[in-house]
Order: sequence, then C-alpha cells, then structure tokens
Amino acid sequence: MSSIRSNPEGLSVLDRPNSYIGKTVPRPNLDRLLQGRGCYVSDIELPRMAHVVFVRSPHAHAKIVSIDAAAARQMPGVNAIVTGKELAAVITPWVGVLSHLKGLKSAPQSAIAVDRVCWQGEAVAAVVATSRAAAEDAAECVAVEYQALEAVTDMRTALDPATPVIHASLGDNLAFERILDAGAVDQAFAGSDAVVEAEFVFGRHTGVTLEPRSVVADWNAAEARLTIYQGTQAPHMVQNIAALHLGLWEQQVRVVCKDVGGSFGIKVHIYADEMATYALTKLLRRPIKFVADRVESFNTDIHARDHRCKGKIGVNRDGIITAFEIDDLTGIGPYSMYPRTSAIEANQVVNLVGGPYTCKNYRARARVVFQNKNVMCQYRAVGHPIACSVTEGLVDLAAMKIGMDPVEIRRRNLIADDAYPCASPSGLRFEQLSHHASLAKIVEMMNYQALRAEQAELRKRGVHRGIGVASFIEVTNPSAAFYGVGGAKISSQDGVAVRLDAQGSVICQTSITEQGQGSESLTAQIVGSALGVSMDRVRVILGDTDATPYGGGTWASRGAGIGGEAALQATKILRRNILDVAAAILQSAPAELDIVDNAVVSAGDGAPRIDLSELARIVYFRPDTLPPGIQPELMATRHFVPREYPFAFTNGVQAASVEVDIDTGFVKLLKHWVVEDCGTIVNPQLVDEQIRGGVVQGLGAALFEKCVYDEKGQLTNANMADYLVPMSGEMPDIDVGHVVSPTRESELGAKGAGEAGAAGAAAAVTNAVNDALKPFGTTITEIPLTPQVILTALGRI
Amino acid sequence: MKASAFAYARATSVANALELLAVHGEKARVLSGGQSLIPAMNLRLVAPDLIVDIGELAELRGIAVRGETLVIGALTRHADLLKSSDIVKCAPLLAAAVAHIAHPAIRNRGTIGGSLAQADPASELPACMLALGASIVVRGPGGEQRMAAEDFFTGIYETRLAAQDLLVAVELPLARRGSAHFFQEFARRHGDYAIVGLAAQAALQGEGFADLRLGYFSVGDKPVLAKAASKLAGVAITPALLAEASDALSHELDPHGDQQATPAMRRHLAKVLLARCVASLLNRPDLHIGGVS
Ligand SMILES: Cc1cc2nc3c(=O)[nH]c(=O)nc-3n(C[C@H](O)[C@H](O)[C@H](O)COP(=O)(O)OP(=O)(O)OC[C@H]3O[C@@H](n4cnc5c(N)ncnc54)[C@H](O)[C@@H]3O)c2cc1C
Repeated sequence: MSSIRSNPEGLSVLDRPNSYIGKTVPRPNLDRLLQGRGCYVSDIELPRMAHVVFVRSPHAHAKIVSIDAAAARQMPGVNAIVTGKELAAVITPWVGVLSHLKGLKSAPQSAIAVDRVCWQGEAVAAVVATSRAAAEDAAECVAVEYQALEAVTDMRTALDPATPVIHASLGDNLAFERILDAGAVDQAFAGSDAVVEAEFVFGRHTGVTLEPRSVVADWNAAEARLTIYQGTQAPHMVQNIAALHLGLWEQQVRVVCKDVGGSFGIKVHIYADEMATYALTKLLRRPIKFVADRVESFNTDIHARDHRCKGKIGVNRDGIITAFEIDDLTGIGPYSMYPRTSAIEANQVVNLVGGPYTCKNYRARARVVFQNKNVMCQYRAVGHPIACSVTEGLVDLAAMKIGMDPVEIRRRNLIADDAYPCASPSGLRFEQLSHHASLAKIVEMMNYQALRAEQAELRKRGVHRGIGVASFIEVTNPSAAFYGVGGAKISSQDGVAVRLDAQGSVICQTSITEQGQGSESLTAQIVGSALGVSMDRVRVILGDTDATPYGGGTWASRGAGIGGEAALQATKILRRNILDVAAAILQSAPAELDIVDNAVVSAGDGAPRIDLSELARIVYFRPDTLPPGIQPELMATRHFVPREYPFAFTNGVQAASVEVDIDTGFVKLLKHWVVEDCGTIVNPQLVDEQIRGGVVQGLGAALFEKCVYDEKGQLTNANMADYLVPMSGEMPDIDVGHVVSPTRESELGAKGAGEAGAAGAAAAVTNAVNDALKPFGTTITEIPLTPQVILTALGRI
Repeated sequence: MKASAFAYARATSVANALELLAVHGEKARVLSGGQSLIPAMNLRLVAPDLIVDIGELAELRGIAVRGETLVIGALTRHADLLKSSDIVKCAPLLAAAVAHIAHPAIRNRGTIGGSLAQADPASELPACMLALGASIVVRGPGGEQRMAAEDFFTGIYETRLAAQDLLVAVELPLARRGSAHFFQEFARRHGDYAIVGLAAQAALQGEGFADLRLGYFSVGDKPVLAKAASKLAGVAITPALLAEASDALSHELDPHGDQQATPAMRRHLAKVLLARCVASLLNRPDLHIGGVS
C-alpha cells in the first residue's frame, strides 16, 4: 500500500491558510445557471441545422417487411428520410461485450434497425426536417409494414427451450452467467442454527433526467471534422466510439459537453439514436439536432434494476452469520449496451452481496438474459441497491428468526474497523472502512432506543411504525479494472492542466465533467487551496475534447477522487514552478517563499513579496529582466489513476422511519438518516446533497418507480403521469452524517460519494416497512412497495 | 411531442364562441385553461383543426352569490376557488377538494369549466358537483339549459355536452346551517389523480344524518353518487349499520383496474373512506377503522 506522498514544499495541502478544501463554498457556476445563462444542447442553434425525429417500432419484436416513405418525403420542410440500410453506408454496427466478463455475448446492433426490431421504441427510420414539428408531421406519414414476431418478455422463461431465441446466431438467450463459490457454504448452512430464504423482486426503473438525452452533430466536410455537442458524462469515450464507427481518426471528432440537466448514469452510454445522429450529419452534410422527448426517453433511455434474486442466509443463535447464497436473474433487453455492457450490474450484485460482513462462506450465481424490452445498463449505484436490499433483507430476516435486534445483529457481523486491509469472499479488497463507527453514529443520530420506545407505544394505539437499517459498501474511484482491462476504450485516468494567466489568475482544464454535482466547484476549490489563490481567480474548463486533457469523465463516483487528485498534483507543480520564478525575481530561495491570497509571501512571517499578477507580467512581457537561464513554466499537467486498489470502497449505513397505514397500504416516510465515509470531504454541502439526491432516487425505487411492461413487451407507463418519480411532497427529512477515512492512494484522500445514497435507501425503507408489518406476520421482499402490494401482503384485498 | 398544426381563434364573446363551434363542430375544441387539452394535443392524442380560446371572456369568470344559489363561471380557475371567501362560506367542500388538484402551477391555469367538460373520472370537481347537487349551465345553438350534475357525466371523458355547446357556469345550493363536509382521497403522491376519493356533503341532525351525499371518484368510468348513503340517513349509526352500508357500497360500485389498483383494492379503499367519512362527520372515532391517520 502506498503511503502519503511526501510533499516537496513540506506543506500539507489540507491545512494551508486559505484552504477551500472541507468548506462549503458556493459553486462557481451557480449564478450562470440561476440567471438562465446555462447552455444545454437544446439551446444550440447552428446555421442550416435540421431536426431528426425517429420513427419507432410499436412492436416489441417484428420483422420490418417494408418502409414506404414516399408520401412523407413530400411533406413540407422534410430534408430526408433515412432507413437503417441506408445509414449503414456511413456507420458500422457494434457489439456490447467486454473480454473480462467471461462468456458475455451479444449481437451486432445498428444505429437504426435493419430488417428486424427487437424492442418497442427501437428506431426504424430517421425523419430529418427543418423543425421538430415538421419532422413529427412527416414521421406520422412513414408507412412501415411489420410482421410481428413472438416477443420474449418474461426473464423467468427466457432460457426455456420453448422460448424463441432472439438472436439465432447466439444460440440461446443467455447473455452472461457468473458463478462464485467461496468458503464452505453447504457445510455452513448445515451447521447453522437457522436458515432463512426469500426471493427479492425489483421493479425495472430508469433515471428520468430533467433534460432528456440530446445531441447536435455537425460534420464539417471542408475540415473533415465532426463536432458533437452532447450532454454526456464521458466526452472522450464518445469521441472514441464515434470515430471508430464512422471510420475517422479520433482527432477528427470533437465532443463538446456544455451544461447537462442530470445524468445519473443514463448519459454514460452509447445510444443507437445518438449514433444515428452522428451518421446523419455525415450523410446529409448539415448539422442535425436530436432531442429525445419524454416518451422516447422512457422507451430508450437505459432501464435498470430488473432483477429477481433468490437469497439464503444461515445464522447461529448468537447472531453470527454463517453463510450467504444468492441466485440472481436479470433481463437486459435485446442487446448488451455499448460499450460498458449490460452484464456489469449482475456482476456487481455477485461482487457486493454480503460485502459489509465478516462471513466468509458465500455462493452466488447470476444469469443475465435477453428479452424484447428496452435495454438495461448502468444507472447510479449499479447493482448496489440490489445487493444491498438482498443482503440487508436477509440479515433482517435472520435477526427476526433468532429474535435479535437488527442493530445488534449488524454489530456482531460487520467487519471490525481495525481489521483492514482485508478482502471480501468475492475478492473485493478493502483499504479502510468504518462500519462500526458509522453504525454507532447513526444509532446516536436517530436516537434508536427512543424511536423503538415510541414505536412500541404507538403500536398499542394501532399506529404502525417501522424502523429499518441497512449497512452498505460502495464502489468508487474505479481503476482500469472496471472497463479498460476488458478492452473498452474508456479511460480510468484523468488529467488536469493548470496555468497562470497574464494577470495571475488560473486557468484549469480538467477531463472530468460537470452534470450538476459540482465537479467545477471541487476542482476550483482544490486548485485554489493548493496554489494559494482565491477561488474567483480560478477558471475551470471542462467538457471539450479539444480543450481538456484526456480522461474518463464523471461516472462511478470518480470525479473528486481521481480528477480531484490530478488537479491537486498539477497545481502543486505549478506552485513549485511559480516559486522557482519568484525566488529568481526576489533573489530568495523557493523554500523561503509561499503563496497566500494571490501573492507570493515570505514563508516565515507571511510578509507580501510579489503579487502573482506582477510575477505573471514579468514572466509573460518582460522575460528579458529575468536572470539568464531561467525559463518559467507557468503551465503544469498531471494525470492520476489509482493503482494499488482496483476500487476505493466506501461504506456507510442508512436508516428509515416509516408509518404504514394498514387499511390503505400507504407508507409515509417519516425520516431518513445516512452516515457515510467517503474519505476526505472537499465540499460538505456538495457531498451531503449528493447523498440526499441518491437517497431520493433510492426512495423512488422503494415506493414509486417501475417501468410496467405488458406480456407483449409494451411499456405501458411511458409518461410522467403513470411512471411515478419521487417528488418533494413525499420525501422525508434526510439527515446526513460522516465518518472520514481518507484513502491513502492519493494525497487528497477523497473517495466517491455520488452513489452511496442510492445504494442503501430502498433496503432501509423495505426493512422499515417489514418492521412495521411484524405484528401481522408478513414480510415483503418486492419493490416498489405499492399500496397494492402491501394490502395484498396483509390479506386485506 | 409537438402538436400537429391547428388554426386558432380567440373568441370575442360567448355568442362568437358559439358561432365558431356551430360552424366547425367536431373539428373545433374549446381552449380554457389548457391543462388537459394542450398535453393531449402535444401527445397527438387529439388533433383539432381549430382551437377556440375562450380565455378572454370575462363574463364566464367569477364567483357570485345570487339569492340561494352560488354561481361559479366556467372560466373560474382552481386557484380562484381555493382563495375565495364565498367558496369557504357557501361551499367549503370545494375549497377542501381543490387543494388536492394537481400543483399550484396547474391550479393557476386550470378552470372548473374545463375540469367538468373534461370529465376525467378521477377528477375531484365532478364528484363534488354530485355531492353538492349542482346544476351545470350549458349554452348551445338551442339556447341555455341546466343539467343536473347526476345526469351530466355519462362516461369516461364523456358528458352531455355536444360539440357545439359551451359550458358557461355551475350553480350550487348554498350550504345550510347544520351542513358538514368531508373530503379525502388516496393518491400515490401529492397532486396525483386519486386512486379512490370521496367528496361528501351532509346535513347533520342530532347524532346522525338528515341527509348524506357521497360523491366517489376514480371508482369507474364516471363519478358515482353512492346510493348506499341512504342507509345512513335518518337513523342512529351503529357499527353494524355502517358495515351494512359498506357492503351495499361494495356491491354498488363497479370499479376499474389499472396500474395503481385492482377493482378489489378500489372497493376496499372506498369502504375505508366511507368509515373514515362517517367517523369524521359524526365525530365518532369508534367507527373509524385504521387508527389515527
Ligand atoms: C400534471 C397535471 C396534473 C393534474 N392533476 C389533476 C388532478 O389531480 N385532479 C384534477 O381534477 N385535474 C388534474 N389535472 C387537470 C386540470 O385540473 C385541468 O385544469 C382540468 O382537467 C381541465 O381544465 P382546463 O381549464 O385546463 O381545460 P382545458 O384543458 O382547456 O380543456 C379540457 C377539455 O374541456 C373542454 N372545455 C374546456 N372548457 C370548456 C367549456 N367552457 N365548455 C365546453 N368545453 C370546454 C376542452 O375543449 C377540452 O376538451 C391535472 C393536469 C396536469 C397537467
């Protein structure tokens, strides 16, 4: 394990005089966004720009017999109508597999369907016109003749011999299977005082970003360059893929990512309609805009979490957990998503189940099957909510079985805070976690004993409250182990360049991106702190492959931990370079100087020596006055990627207090608590709001959100009235506390915080609801916990 | 999600609006608050050739007490109902109900006329009209007529309004001394259409009801004025009697199933509402099922 790197200046960045690290400071982009001066893709208007609307399949599975666009071509404002076959001339198909996910298979997917559609909503033709409205008018006139094919919809029968195989070339509907067997599971179950089993069912849901997916693609034939304006989390990944499939060099593709209205993992993938838009601009030689509407978003934005997972836990009377076993099944739609694949979620479930606990006996099977539904892929906290709900649901069932308090059983099984480094049965390596400190803290924050007393008192009066607890671990700061080792050109390293401008301000270019979580702010905070300049003198540039270093972007809770460390290291070099020049100008030694508040000062007494603006003036305009042999370098670049640990695991615990109306099945969320440990906290408010935002998405999963498909593969609630996103009116207060165990892989010590909230919220609520229902002898292991589900479980209807 | 092309006319008077509707018939649509019509057009569920915007017809807006009648103009917005002291005094049930319609932005535009003409079976206001014994005032080519709310709603999104008709106002009897109301709905989130709801108006007498009108919504293809209520009027209410009325209600209702609830669940929730309504109106916690809520 690496130790804290020695600091050439002998100054820890965290205790510098004007440090912004660890402070809640306003985000630099706030005024711009609040004054309506943000620039989202739909704000971009280019000369000669046309709009594309996709004719989408109404069938889940069908042969395309014919496409008659003659009438539509005559409609006012129509530029072109392009089919999948025609588009194939400019863009090649792709297959979403990764070599480290052994056995994962998928079929070639085209930008626009050719001959066959595999889910309701897949594009069959592109209509390009002068406005979105004109394109929609024409799209209604494109006559597509389909021959319906049998749709594979139920994941439980997808592998049956009688079920049609969606892609004949693959032989069956099994995309991926993973089996893990650690310790001595059978022996452990046999020797347990009690064994409990349950099947956990999760509703398929989706991310519902406020701003839908949008692209403006502009092929400049004269320059032979493609510019893609897109709300994406990974500009360099988009650059690589667009170039690869359009037959271009990466340097011929520029990806510009301006403001993004939420992403949550939805915008980290390569979608067929976006690829089609890149191809259309090349084919038609004019800028093309695609902005998904809400119905399209529901039908084509990736879905997630559609799992059925059988779980089994062994426990002894003293509360010690003896073994975990799971059998997970998930249906991912007709293709594995490109390029991150749709096997990662199930793979994560296998990795993470039982993760917080000392138990070494663990067996798992996960199967990933194809179906004729929209594609599933990575969405905030990939796999974590499944793994956490299964694990924590089983732990509560075990506690109930032996009559032990849910907090107590966790106390007896969580990995000890001084047991690190250590590894999980699935091979995950933990550098330093703080399960016990976190549990102790949350018990205190929620006043657990008092809540239990109140619960007992109210129960006598027919009021049914429940308390639920869920410990969790979270994957953050991924190294190349996530995607790179599997052959995907998705960078796990990030780069930052910082330079002093001619007035002594700092320009910082970073490869991480901003989608609202505060990447821009945390970068400026780190640069300002490390250099000794005020934040308003730091300008951060992100989201442009022409203007930033090469890097991964913002996903998998990596922005602060990886991009932040690159910013810190780059700034330290710049600082050293500035002090070298200052020493030359001042005839001093770098070690005797420091930078505080935009000026070089004496390290000893803080006396001002030279303003950065004056230093910059000399360097840029009067270099002739510098001593001979001095060539100032007021720009520095550093990259960073974790190397010791494949992932920086974080941990935490969530708790929920709920009230169940046993006559109506309605659940009222009374309060929610989270304690998490993301290491060094750069900006407490940003971290807390990341946690709260994630919790709200988890609460959505617990109570509201579900993509409802019928047996024919039709998504029946693809609108904001029927697909229930969590809204503020139903949300409880969410108290957030922290334990801080910095990672020693970086000097900054920051791990990720973006997904912890989503990881454990549903588990805590489900456990709370089951706690409330305890007097009725029923347990529910299905989410969302709708009134219908609860009333049914209670036998009321 | 763009509406297909349509022509637009801003009506200058009620007569002008009626003229336009007479000429264009089924091809025209009245635009009031637009909170139901515009989303439907953007989803291309409806594609009228002509929109007749009645938004400027001041004569259709406003709340007034005329003798024993409360008159509410068709263009009166949900937000106006919520703020009006006349409503609080003369028809407090409406004030209670309107708070459950959607969200402030929608209540600022949506109108009572639009809501009643839309006749969504899950809407609050149509059920209130049943409970309050309202008359719907309609003007058409043949002049003005009044329809009892009970006859007005004929099915899902269906009323007795013809394509040439304009709903101009509703008339309600003023709340009398001894009257009481109850409003509750079960919705998954604040502002959502209800899974089941109840708008009830009662005349109290002694320990019981002289009259009880139960307007259920979201229990079928149109709002229902429950006949089971008659079992509870003019008698001393016992748990046994309430159970009997509850059974009758259950037989009377023929609710639909959807993604939120099966018919059985709707029946169950309607019965829960009945018990809560009676317990609350008579201040009899013993009749309330399900503890405090
Ligand atoms: C997100 C959202 C949530 C909502 N939630 C609820 C809810 O919980 N409960 C609820 O009750 N409603 C809800 N609504 C609907 C809202 O209350 C509408 O305001 C109402 O249904 C229609 O009123 P409007 O004035 O907007 O009518 P419009 O949308 O203008 O018209 C609706 C229909 O009525 C016809 N029409 C309108 N006025 C007249 C008239 N004077 N004469 C003849 N025909 C006429 C129109 O031609 C059209 O067909 C919601 C709406 C939205 C967008």
